[in-house]
Amino acid sequence: MSPDVLLSARGLTKTFGNFTAVDGVDFEVRPGEAFGFLGPNGAGKSSTMRMVAAVSPVTSGELRIFGLDPAVDGPAIRARLGNCPQQDRLDEELSVEENLWVYGRFFGLSKAEVRARADELLDFAQLTERRHDKVEPLSGGMKRRLVIARSLINNPELLLLDEPTTGLDPQARHVLWDRLFRLKRQGVTLILTTHYMDEAEQLCDRLVVMDKGRIVAEGSPRQLIAEHSTREVVEVRFDADDHGEHRDVLDGLGERLEVLPDRILLYAHDGDAVATAVTHRTRGGSEPLSTLVRRSTLEDVFLHLTGRTLVD
Amino acid sequence: MTLSSSRLTPGPRRPLSWVERTTGLVAFHRVLLRRTWRGEAVSRFLTPVLFLAAMGVGVGGLVDRASGGVGGVPYLRFVVPGIVLASAMQWAVNESMWPVLTLIKWNQMYAAMLAAPTKVADVLRAHWLMICVNIAWSAAVFIAVATAFGAVHSWWALLGIPIAVLTAMAFVTPLFWFAAARQDEEGFTTVFRLVVTPLMLFSGTFFPISQLPAWLQVLPWVTPLWHGTELARSAFLGDPVADRWWLHLAIIAAWIVVGAWGARRAFQRRLVA
Repeated sequence: MSPDVLLSARGLTKTFGNFTAVDGVDFEVRPGEAFGFLGPNGAGKSSTMRMVAAVSPVTSGELRIFGLDPAVDGPAIRARLGNCPQQDRLDEELSVEENLWVYGRFFGLSKAEVRARADELLDFAQLTERRHDKVEPLSGGMKRRLVIARSLINNPELLLLDEPTTGLDPQARHVLWDRLFRLKRQGVTLILTTHYMDEAEQLCDRLVVMDKGRIVAEGSPRQLIAEHSTREVVEVRFDADDHGEHRDVLDGLGERLEVLPDRILLYAHDGDAVATAVTHRTRGGSEPLSTLVRRSTLEDVFLHLTGRTLVD
Repeated sequence: MTLSSSRLTPGPRRPLSWVERTTGLVAFHRVLLRRTWRGEAVSRFLTPVLFLAAMGVGVGGLVDRASGGVGGVPYLRFVVPGIVLASAMQWAVNESMWPVLTLIKWNQMYAAMLAAPTKVADVLRAHWLMICVNIAWSAAVFIAVATAFGAVHSWWALLGIPIAVLTAMAFVTPLFWFAAARQDEEGFTTVFRLVVTPLMLFSGTFFPISQLPAWLQVLPWVTPLWHGTELARSAFLGDPVADRWWLHLAIIAAWIVVGAWGARRAFQRRLVA
């Protein structure tokens, strides 16, 4: 493995009984980058992350983290990793700082090291004022920040974040993103999973799109949009239960047309021109409720690649 | 490849010895204990006082007047080691079901431990070590209270502490196995109904098992509590070497070993999937 690769997977597979959660995926992560797995629930993102965290054995294929095989050197790998699982796994009976202390001790840090680290991390996570409080009454965003602070207790070179902002309100998500940017600037390599396309666009230098246990595309957010979508999208809504009825009227406008249950998407290089054409074609007939031009997102990439939306 | 002495510097880090791993995990249980020890200490002090009052003054008075004690020993002195061991069993059961499912499922702290450089064997070792310490101080409190009641006459009674710990572990390891295979706490109350209560009644705690019909004596023979009670009773009455002590110890050890084997398998299956 070349020195500029922190993590590599070849034909990585995970099965549970007859169910194949991860179906032979290949990817590489380089030091210092933010790498993402984008996909809907059940795409195999979490199973992949658990193997990468060296807490779940690989069924087949090859996985190397820091050049080490997790089947042989699990503890040596985990000593250098930060792991933020989907569930918080906090002891709610303990205080905020106690949760940090006990976790640091799992890594063999001394009492003094743990206390010094906890002070820094409470500050980083903006939880210093709540340090003596029990965890139970904290808000979801605070608990998430505490979990991230905890995963940094061993000063990891690689931080794994499984759905870091799921269930948080927009403001709490932005606070969290800001913290993750800071880590990235400090040189920590980030690997995260998400089913939010805006999160993937905000945070990831490079990402893979996963669906049904497989990787269906790979690249930077901008590359993926350029490769698999047009520059702009026109969203047309009709007063209809089945938008399929309106397909024929709009057929041929833009590069490509996609019918969703609640709207029709027209992929176009020049959105405004297509929007005008929509108005012309529907005049006097069944006119749309709204016509909206926006830029393409990863959501469109996903829709194009899998025929499905990310969040159902 | 050079290994950094600090575990906070990037690059390969010095591996932890099993002692370091265990110490780190025990620290968690100690923090938990710091929250609960006051309540526990009160209940573990009060239980013996209540038992000794009821058994010594109440039942003991009757038995001693009617038959001169059990085999010539005043009833209070006979029953105290039995109650110490039966209590050890109860403490063991309490510490091996709900807390285990909590750490597996409700707060998932075992999974948090295994995300660090630790293994399933470390997680079990640390938790069991903590339970042993808890049983030991609880047994010591009980023996001290009993001594104050005049129910203990030999220094050999101190052997009751390790005997109580061993007997408790003969329940702890199989119950960890049992708890790790549960999805919810249903079944835990059944353990009290079908294991704890019958064993307390038929394991020589309150009367010698020779009083039982032969078919019912099988129960104390194949389970750990009676064996521990026999060892402890002999020590409390001044003889550290009980009759057939090796057989009693072997049966207790068998329960511990088989339980530990199963618990480790069940933990591996549940937590490392």
